[in-house]
Amino acid sequence: MRKNVSLKIFAGLVFAFLLVPLLIIIVTSFGTNSTIQFPIKGFTLEWYSKVFNNESFMDSFFLSLQVAFFATLLALIIGVPAAYSLARHRVFGRNWIKSFFLSPTIVPGLVVGYSMYQFIVIKYQFPIIQGLLLGHFLICLPYVIRVVGSTIEQLDFSIEEVSWTLGSTKLQAFIKVVLPNITSGIFASFMLAFINSFNNIPVSQFLSGPGVTMLPTSLMNYIEYNYDPSVSALSVILMLGTIVLMYVIEKTLGLASIS
Amino acid sequence: MTQRRIPYLILAPGLILLILFLVLPLVSTIFPTFFNGGFTLSNYTSFFLDEYNFGIFWRTLKISLIATLICVVLGVPTAYYISQSPKKWRGLLMSITLFPLLTNSVVRSFAWITILGQDGILNNALMNIGIISKPLTLLYTEFAIIIGSVYLFLPLMVITLVGILENIDTEIMEAAETLGANRLIAFVKVILPLSVPGIIVGSILVFTGSMTAYTTPQLLGGNRNIMLATFLYQNATALGNWQGASVIALIMIVATLIVMKLFSWVAGRMDKRGEASA
Repeated sequence: MRKNVSLKIFAGLVFAFLLVPLLIIIVTSFGTNSTIQFPIKGFTLEWYSKVFNNESFMDSFFLSLQVAFFATLLALIIGVPAAYSLARHRVFGRNWIKSFFLSPTIVPGLVVGYSMYQFIVIKYQFPIIQGLLLGHFLICLPYVIRVVGSTIEQLDFSIEEVSWTLGSTKLQAFIKVVLPNITSGIFASFMLAFINSFNNIPVSQFLSGPGVTMLPTSLMNYIEYNYDPSVSALSVILMLGTIVLMYVIEKTLGLASIS
Repeated sequence: MTQRRIPYLILAPGLILLILFLVLPLVSTIFPTFFNGGFTLSNYTSFFLDEYNFGIFWRTLKISLIATLICVVLGVPTAYYISQSPKKWRGLLMSITLFPLLTNSVVRSFAWITILGQDGILNNALMNIGIISKPLTLLYTEFAIIIGSVYLFLPLMVITLVGILENIDTEIMEAAETLGANRLIAFVKVILPLSVPGIIVGSILVFTGSMTAYTTPQLLGGNRNIMLATFLYQNATALGNWQGASVIALIMIVATLIVMKLFSWVAGRMDKRGEASA
C-alpha cells in the first residue's frame, strides 16, 4: 500500500511543533550564559544546582506534592464509593447527580479559585491551605468519578451477586470482590487527578499567601522578573517527572486507557 | 427501608462538599452582582456597554475561535495519521501527543517566551539568515496568545479525534479511491464527515479551554492583550474591584455553557442532516 507522503509530512511537522519547543528548553537549561540562549555556547549543570538551592522552589515543590497527594486521596475516598453507587444502585436523579459530580470541570478554574478565596478565606477565615486542599479536591473528583465509574460499569455484576449468595454482606463484597477488580481504574484516576492537580495554576492562583505558594505559581512569579536558564532547568525536572509518570502508566495500564 | 437509603448516604459526602465548596462560594460571590438596592442587571449591561471591557470580551472570543480553527486544521490530519499507523508506532505517536499535555502549562508557555521574545530564538534565527534587520515584535501580542493556546490544546483535539477515527473502517477510504476519488477528495468527503463528532467534542474542549485559560494570556499576552481570565485576576488583585471580578466570573461561566450548548446544537443539526441524506 503506498503511503500518502503529504499526510506524512504534515503529521511530521505537527509532531515537530509539539516537541521542538520542549527540546529547546532542555538544551537551554545547560547554557553557561546568564540569560537564556539558543544555541548554547558552553555546557554547565550550574542551573540545576541553582534550582535545588532555591528555597521558594523547593518549598513550593513539596507543598504542591502534598496538596496534590491529599486532594487526590480525599477525592478517591469520597469518589470511589460514589462512583460505585452511581453505577450499581437505583438512585433518584442518577444522571443529574453524575453531572453534578463532574461539574467542577465546567466551571473555569480561575473562577473556582476566586470564589473559594472570597467565600472561605475572606468570609469564613479558613486558612489558605485548607482552601487549596478543597479547591484541588474539586479538580480531582471528576477524574475519579469518570475513570472509576467506567471501570465499575465494565465489571461483571454477577461476581458480586455470587459473593452475596455465598453469604458476604454488601460491604464485604465491595471490599473483597469489587475493590480488587477495579484497582487499575483507581490507579489510573489517581495518576490523572494527581498530575492535573500538581500542574494546575488557575485554582491556586488566588489561594496563595505567605509561605503557601504552589510550584507552578512560584515558577510563574519567577518568570515575571527573571529570564535565566534556571527556569529551563526546573522545567526539565518537571518534564522528567512527567516521563516517569507516563512510563508507570504505560507499564501498568497502557497510555490508551487515559486518553 | 434503611437499605434504600444507603446509596444516598454513600453519595452524601461528595454532594455536601460540592455544595459547600463549589456551589455556595459561586452563589455568594455572584449573587451580590445582581443587587444594588434592588434587583438589577446594570453591572452586566454596563460591562458590555463599556468599550474597553467589550474589547476584552471580544478579543477573548476571537482568540479562542482562531485557536480552535487552527487546532481542527492541524488536528484532523494528524489524528487520522496516528489512527492509520501500525500499532507499534501508534503508542509512540500517542506518547508524543500526550507528553506536552501532561507537562505543566507554565513550562509550555515559557517555551514560547524563549522562541518569540525580542532576543528570542526565532528573531535571532531570522536575523542571522538576513531576512529581517531588526527584531519583530512577536511576544506580548495576540499572535503569541494564539500560538500558545494552540500549543496548549492541540494535544486534546488530537487525542479526542484519534478515539473516533480509530473506529473508522480503513476499507471506506479504499472504496472511495476505487470509485475514483483522489486521496484529498476522499479525505474531505469521507473522513472529514465521519470525524465531525470528534471535531465537535475537541472544539468544545479547545474553545472553552482557551476562553478561560489564565497562564497563556498572562505569560504571552502582556499588559496590552488582556483576556477575560487575566482581566478577572487584575480586577480582583491590582484594581481591588471585587464586584467587577465577580461580574467577569459569571460571564466566563455563562460563555462556557453557551459555547458547549451551541457546539452540541450544531452537532445535533449535522447528525440529522447526515441521517436525511443517508
